[in-house]
Amino acid sequence: MQLKQNNNVSAILAAASCALLGTPVQAQDKGDEWQFDTAILYYGETDRVQLVEGVFNANKDFGDEHYFNGKLVIDTLTGASASGAVAQSGVQTFTRPSGNDSYTVEGGETPLDDTFRDTRVQASGQWTQPLAENYRISAGLQASKEYDYLSIVGNGSLDMDLNQKNTTLSAGVSYAFDSIDPVGGRPVDFSSMVIDNGQFDSTEAYQQAFDATRLQGSEQKDTIDLLFGVTQVINRRMLMQFNYSLSMSDGYHNDPYKVLSIVDQQGLTQDIVHESRPTERTKHSVYWQTKYALDQGVMDFSYRFATDDWEIDSHTIDTRFRYNLSETSYIQPHIRYYQQNEAEFYNPFLSQGTPLPEHASADYRLGKMTAITLGLKYGMQLENGNELAFRLEYYQQTPENAGFEQPGTLADEDLYPALKAVIAQVSYSF
Amino acid sequence: MKRKYTIFIAMMALLQLAGCANLGVQPWERDLLAKDEMALDSEGVDIGLDDHIYFSKEATSGGRSFAGGGCGCN
Repeated sequence: MQLKQNNNVSAILAAASCALLGTPVQAQDKGDEWQFDTAILYYGETDRVQLVEGVFNANKDFGDEHYFNGKLVIDTLTGASASGAVAQSGVQTFTRPSGNDSYTVEGGETPLDDTFRDTRVQASGQWTQPLAENYRISAGLQASKEYDYLSIVGNGSLDMDLNQKNTTLSAGVSYAFDSIDPVGGRPVDFSSMVIDNGQFDSTEAYQQAFDATRLQGSEQKDTIDLLFGVTQVINRRMLMQFNYSLSMSDGYHNDPYKVLSIVDQQGLTQDIVHESRPTERTKHSVYWQTKYALDQGVMDFSYRFATDDWEIDSHTIDTRFRYNLSETSYIQPHIRYYQQNEAEFYNPFLSQGTPLPEHASADYRLGKMTAITLGLKYGMQLENGNELAFRLEYYQQTPENAGFEQPGTLADEDLYPALKAVIAQVSYSF
Repeated sequence: MKRKYTIFIAMMALLQLAGCANLGVQPWERDLLAKDEMALDSEGVDIGLDDHIYFSKEATSGGRSFAGGGCGCN
C-alpha cells in the first residue's frame, strides 16, 4: 500500500515536471509500461508459397536496466514448393510425401509439390539485466512448433561496456534442439520414389514398396552457435557493430520432401530419388553494421559474409534509409542484395550410369543464386502517440547454372526458374 | 582460400579494437545516438520477419544474431 502511494506521488511529480518542460507525459511514462509491437505480414510467391504471419511482441522495462521481452509468432503456409525434380517435355507423375496420393506435372513445367499446408507457432522470452557495473547478462528461451517440426532454443550472453559506454564487447552462446517427424516417414537417402503406375497387384503391394523407402520415428539436429561482437560509437552521428559467429550443427539436415531426377544421356528422367545431405555443418560469418544519424533521418548499412564446410559462401548487403517527412512521419526505402554459390553436393539432377555421389541435393536453395529485395516503408505517429507503419517489398531470386551441362532434351528445359515474391506488412506499436 | 579469409577477419577485428580507444563521444553528446531509430535493433519486428523469409529461401542465416534452430520452412 505504502509502495503504491509512493508510485502515485512520483507519477504526479513526473507529470508536473513534464508539464514544466513541455514534454508529453506519456513519453516519460513509457519506461514503466508495457510496450507492444504487433505486425501482420503477407508473403506471396507467384504460383508457389503463400505465407501469412502475425507477430505480437511485448517489452517491459522493470527499472534499473532490467528488461523483459516476450514474443509470439503465428504463421500459416500454403502452396507449392519446387521438389527438386527437373522439368521434362512430357507429363510426369509423382507420389505425394505421405504416399497416399499422386500428382502430375505438365510438360515443360518445374515440378512443384503443392501439398504444403502448415501452421507454426513460436513463443520466446528474453530477460536482460546488469550483472555488475558495466556488465550485462541476457538469457532467453524459444520454442517453435509446426506439424512435423519442433525447435527449442536456449541462449545466454554477456555484454561489457568500456570507454564511457562507447564500446561494448559481447559474447553469446545458443543451443538449439530440433526434432523432425516428416509426413509419411523419413525417406531413406537415395531411395527411389515409389510411383504407382499400375504395376502393383494390390494396394498392399504398393504400400509395402513405399514403406521400404521410409524410416519411422523422428530425427534430431543439435546446433551450437557462438557469437562475439563489438559495438562502437564512432562519433555523435555514427555507430558500428562488428560480429563474428560460429555455428555448428550435427544431426538430420535433409529436407525430407526434396528429390532428385536421374536422367539418361537423352535428358529423359529414368528415376526419382530422395536427397542426401551431410549430417554435419559448420558455418562462419562476419557481420558489420553501421548506423548514421542525419538531420532528416537515419542511414542503416550492413554487410555479411558467410562461409561453411558445405562450401557455400554468401555475401549480403542490406541498406535502409529512413527519411523523416515530418516530426511524426517517415518513409524508408530498403534495398537488399544477396549472392551465394552452390553447395559442394548440389546437383540439379544426377546422371544415369555414373556412380552415386556420397551426398546430393537438387534443392534450389543450395544452388548458385542472386537475390534482390526492393522495399518501401511508410510510418506515422498517431495523435495518441502510437505508431502505424506499412511496408511493401518485392523479392526476386535468380538461380544460376553453376556449370552443369544439360544432356539431350533437358537442354530445352528451364532448370533455374526465377522466384518472385511480394511482401506486404502492416505494423502497429502501442 | 579459407586461410586468407581468416587473416582478413583477424585484421579487421584488430583494426576495429585498436581504433576504439580514440573513438566515441561524451555522455552529453548522445542526443542523436539516443533516438529510438538509432538503436541497432530498432526494426526488431521487421528484421525478425525478414530473417524467417530469408532463412526459408536462402542457404545462409544469422550473422546479426544467432542462426541456430528454426523451422521446417519451405
